[in-house]
Amino acid sequence: MKRTVSQPPTKAYESWGRYPRVEPCGVIPLDWRDELPDFGALGASVLPYGYGRSYGDSCLNKNGILLDASGLRRFIAFDDETGVLRCEAGVRLDDILSLVVPRGWFLPVSPGTKFVSVGGAIANDIHGKNHHQGGTWGRHVRRFELVRSNGERLICSAEENAELYRATIGGLGLTGLITSAEIQLKPIKSAFIDEEQIRFESLDEFMELAQESVDDFEYTVAWIDCFVEEGRYIRGHFMRGNHREAPDRPEDAKRALPLVVPFNLPGGILLNQYTVRAFNTVYYHRQVAKRVRKTIHYEPFFYPLDTIHNWNKIYGDAGFLQYQCVVPVENDNAAIKEILSRIRRSGEGSFFTVFKTFGEIASPGMLSFPRPGVTLALDFAYRGTSTLDLLESLDAVVRASGGAVYPAKDARMSAESFHTFFPAWDEFSEYIDPCFSSSFIRRVNGEDTL
Amino acid sequence: MNRRPLVNHTGSVLIFGATSAIATDVARRFASGGATLFLVGRSEEKLSALRDDLLVRGAARVETAVADLTEIESHERVVEAAKQALGTLDQVLVAYGVLGDQRASETSVETTLRDWQVNATSTIALLTLLANELERQRFGTLAVISSVAGDRGRQSNYVYGAAKAALSAFLSGLRARLSKAGVHVVTIKPGMVDTPMTAQMKKGPLFASPARVGQDIHQAMLRGRDVVYSPWYWRGVMLVIRLIPEPVFKRLPL
Repeated sequence: MKRTVSQPPTKAYESWGRYPRVEPCGVIPLDWRDELPDFGALGASVLPYGYGRSYGDSCLNKNGILLDASGLRRFIAFDDETGVLRCEAGVRLDDILSLVVPRGWFLPVSPGTKFVSVGGAIANDIHGKNHHQGGTWGRHVRRFELVRSNGERLICSAEENAELYRATIGGLGLTGLITSAEIQLKPIKSAFIDEEQIRFESLDEFMELAQESVDDFEYTVAWIDCFVEEGRYIRGHFMRGNHREAPDRPEDAKRALPLVVPFNLPGGILLNQYTVRAFNTVYYHRQVAKRVRKTIHYEPFFYPLDTIHNWNKIYGDAGFLQYQCVVPVENDNAAIKEILSRIRRSGEGSFFTVFKTFGEIASPGMLSFPRPGVTLALDFAYRGTSTLDLLESLDAVVRASGGAVYPAKDARMSAESFHTFFPAWDEFSEYIDPCFSSSFIRRVNGEDTL
Repeated sequence: MNRRPLVNHTGSVLIFGATSAIATDVARRFASGGATLFLVGRSEEKLSALRDDLLVRGAARVETAVADLTEIESHERVVEAAKQALGTLDQVLVAYGVLGDQRASETSVETTLRDWQVNATSTIALLTLLANELERQRFGTLAVISSVAGDRGRQSNYVYGAAKAALSAFLSGLRARLSKAGVHVVTIKPGMVDTPMTAQMKKGPLFASPARVGQDIHQAMLRGRDVVYSPWYWRGVMLVIRLIPEPVFKRLPL
């Protein structure tokens, strides 16, 4: 049965930042790969939607139709010997982890939450703490099936339909519907991570730590406090780790569960510069020793926030914006220093600011975000124009530096910024499916305002 | 409540209406424990997609049969094929049904009887066959998805509710009969579940996920429970609804 009529949404289809709030005109739940609607006959543009973990408007389609892919959540094949997994596009990364970790395999790239779909991981070409060694998610996607509005079902890989393969990786869901994908997993011997946390006092110290960790540590990331005096720019905790080499013992399982909530936010907390600063100070000093080594389960290491469902709601009804940019490491880090100074002066900022260096490994994706440099990610409660002005001023620094802002987290960058950050747009735009669109892409092409 | 320890069921599982969201979830739970499954559904493609998924999750073996179970003549063939494939019928789940359109049924005898054929007549026919197999075998569990809607006829969906009421009553009698042969009959009464069956309905806080209901069914089957409301709070909700006197009930917009 081919559905040709969408239905009004029967639940909220929001993005993770809950800003902007825009409604689709209809939703089509996708439950079976062989039972897809005729995209061209729906009378409005369509956009695939997974679990709404993109922060801004890249997963929204105002007055258009969302294709709810959460029903495409089946495994297709898994080879224990080679670690090649085939699954439907709505399979979540936590589904994969619970299947493969006991069998000695792991995700090739882990983002900050395991509640994202495989299709969304491809469309945003996600990255993780191992970017300096593993590159982006797209590098580990061997092939996928893409359904276009003309009815074509194309297998895309580096060899077959190679241009659509490159366009779809990081292509924000605009090149057609990904129905299934084949992922190369990585072997592990243990579900635990040997982790080292090192307290650092300044941006220079961070840079040194990042540099010295590139070869010996598969995973690196830092949590930073950017409310320190001018000249130091940041202080924080540098975390680096590797999968444990020793196999798990039975008692390890007990140690891993229950997962500990790393912190607890009392209800109704006032989110302002004083609480944020106080939190950051306390969090910084929670580790007294300069260097702490421990072995922890992969869940708290990779997904500390997943234990708090709906943490996005602490920002209240107005929602929040996450800002993630990358700037090249050059000229004495002038750009990153300027960005940190502007954030510090604004007094805005989040409980958790994440800082990491991206490596040189290129992605096959045309519109892929990660590129060599330092990446910074933090949340801003949405407070109207003051928030938007601040982020626009950060964009200006990023534009001048030759960096980029992450579309998966964006709800406000200007058309000028987008086209500066993503010069491959012209090449990419040839591969957009004529029936697919999103609020994000209309906004950065000046076709739609909020 | 029967609290025998839960062990992984590595025996056989036969599921009718296997490609429904709830049945799929139950099938996955049995698959990851290493069971052998026989799936009955209407679509070859859907059964095949589900079979692949269950094999990845650890099922020892998965066989399928395509059948429209509203055609009662198909039942013998399917049950025979399942017996051939599985040897014994350890765990059986009957999970097919149709929500129907109450409004359409009110103006069409044909629609009313067609839905009745799916939810009551054909299911009762199939259960008669399965009951005799399990009684002969002298062990096994027969779980059937009924509904809270069968606990009292409400104006908003009494055609569906009446069929489920017939089913629940049938199961109650069957349970008493088969208990003498050591066979468990489990009546499952889910409330509202967020599945393709209810795709058109506005979702509220009372909607449960298929995983939640699937977990309840899986546990009830392994434990050999009698009547299970899923989620559990529907037992209380339906108790209250059954206690409302008819003169009041008929005025309620339920």
